[in-house]
Amino acid sequence: MNKMPKWADVALIPVINLILALAVSALVIAYIGENPVQAMKIMINGAIGSAYGWGYTLYYATNFIFTGLAVAVAFHARLFNIGGEGQALLGGLGVALVCLAVPWPHWTLALPASVIGGALFGAAWAAIPAYLQAKRGSHIVITTIMFNFIASALLVYLLVNVLKVPGSMAPETPRFPEGARLPTAYDFGAWLGFTRSAPLNVAFFVALACCAGVWFLIWRTRLGYEIRAFGQSEPAAVYAGIPPVKITVIAMLISGGLAGLMAVNAVQGEAERLIIDSVQGAGFVGIAVALMGRSHPLGVLIAALLFGALYQGGAELEFEIPAISREMIVVIQALVILFTGALDNMVRAPVARLFSGFGKGAA
Amino acid sequence: MDLNTVLQLLDSSLRLATPLLFACLAGLFSERAGIFDIGLEGKMLAAAFFSAAAAAVSGSAWVGLAAGCAASLSLAALHGVASITFRGNQLISGVAINFLAAGLTVLIGQNWFKLGGRTPPLQGDARFQNIDLPLASTLESVPLLGPLYSQVLSGHSILVYVGLLSVVGSWYVLFRTRFGLRLRAVGENPGAVDTAGVSVVGLRYAAVLICGLLCGLAGAYLATGLSAGFVKDMSAGRGFIALAALIFAKWRPWSALGACLLFGLLEALGNRFQTVELAGVTLPTQLMQALPYILTVVILAGFVGKAIPPRAGGEPYVKER
Repeated sequence: MNKMPKWADVALIPVINLILALAVSALVIAYIGENPVQAMKIMINGAIGSAYGWGYTLYYATNFIFTGLAVAVAFHARLFNIGGEGQALLGGLGVALVCLAVPWPHWTLALPASVIGGALFGAAWAAIPAYLQAKRGSHIVITTIMFNFIASALLVYLLVNVLKVPGSMAPETPRFPEGARLPTAYDFGAWLGFTRSAPLNVAFFVALACCAGVWFLIWRTRLGYEIRAFGQSEPAAVYAGIPPVKITVIAMLISGGLAGLMAVNAVQGEAERLIIDSVQGAGFVGIAVALMGRSHPLGVLIAALLFGALYQGGAELEFEIPAISREMIVVIQALVILFTGALDNMVRAPVARLFSGFGKGAA
Repeated sequence: MDLNTVLQLLDSSLRLATPLLFACLAGLFSERAGIFDIGLEGKMLAAAFFSAAAAAVSGSAWVGLAAGCAASLSLAALHGVASITFRGNQLISGVAINFLAAGLTVLIGQNWFKLGGRTPPLQGDARFQNIDLPLASTLESVPLLGPLYSQVLSGHSILVYVGLLSVVGSWYVLFRTRFGLRLRAVGENPGAVDTAGVSVVGLRYAAVLICGLLCGLAGAYLATGLSAGFVKDMSAGRGFIALAALIFAKWRPWSALGACLLFGLLEALGNRFQTVELAGVTLPTQLMQALPYILTVVILAGFVGKAIPPRAGGEPYVKER
């Protein structure tokens, strides 16, 4: 039954799922009374048709690489970390505290410090649900959802009462010192046509490094092997002497840390101060990205680029065709999650049957 | 706090607990049958939009209620197809449904009414009016119980009373009927139910659709009872609070009523007071808002009475061949 070639599993099925999701999205656009083909053209052109578009597409993609990797690492240990949103919020707090604590002389010093700050705070926020799952058997999906809400309440409290600029009404921290400012695409890529408005910054390269790091961790280290073995079968892993509590906690700490790193891009790189909603749903997009990318770093990278283009293209779409509001992105995202995640077997079973039919024919 | 303030607080607690109660009972049916549902929020939101839209167009809250339930039932059916027929991941399906509802309600709302995703404000019969229970004014003068009856219990829309009756109904169906016994069994050990010759798929679909119906009531009450029309994201996390209440209640109908009233009271307190003084310490509003979630984590952690979910929850059932 499961004699499907590997390429069909990693490429064909996600592509069919994506096409189905886009087809239903096209129906929604047609229902609103707009032309789906024209809408698609505007989106593609807006996302990757200019250096301006790329500057935003890659910026969004950077966020989604971090949150997608976070979900993917947890998936390998068969843990569903739905708390990327809260972990990224707390990561923002960590990054902001690091950036504001020291009058940083240069970004090369500020970046490693804020990477550590963001990852530590994100990991810390994942630690309690991880511990409760490992030790007390509390369902991690529910606890991480609850921790998302707790994180958002905590952040509102801190921004309104503690971190706000004295005398200001806006619930946000002061602007980070000049030395903590990360070089943007204009600084390192002006020759590619990037302008000052591009939010893309060096955090993109941190994200790429994380992709490589996660690949190495999962497929080239003992810990990665233990995480995968635990995810495949907990009894087998226990029998092989892999401690389940340790693996659950470590996988979730890595996952939370990766989600927290998103703040290096969004908080330090773009906003340059901590605002109330710095994550803007990227934690949830990470679920779609990890599902589409089959939890492989390369897949996550490609899916994150796709979703980055979707976000930037969607913004352009709303600008060009006001009848299609920004919520269209949310709908497309929902359909991608639905088809690649929940309705996967709907596509997989017929495709598998097709291939087993071929197999028999050849033999 | 004088008696009047307390009465007003209790009155709004009951009002605010009602959508939670419907959604919590919805989750109760679904999860007792072994289908996790984190899409309560989305179903509630879709029901809120379609009930407000239909009520605005038709001028009747009842037409709105029907439309809201129909919308919620379709999303429930989608959840059923994904998680029962295609044995997909129930959690992921729930996440997708939440996003689908969040996006589609605003998109379609903008397309239909051109009000930035809102529906027109509802007036008159397009909303569920408050009704006075019999003898409310006569009994007013009875000490303590009189004001409790006439000011707290009386004077709500009909859906509030439907909500309270649903608790009794859910308890009866789940614990006093053959259907309920089988439904609970399918959430604990679907193999045994299958061996007994009862359709696991049928029972689970029934549970998921009951869940859809109750979420429809929750959403309709939100848009046509509690407020007057739909606004973007108006469910505001209530589906997740309901989920929290369900765990807090350890998947039992009467405890669900208690948990929802408690969380309703917390919301009412947060709405009325900016800060709450307790034993000389000032509690920030954000703590009040986060309290349902914190309490749920504490309960889940099992330090205060362990919450044990239905055993087969989240697992698709594969018939042995």
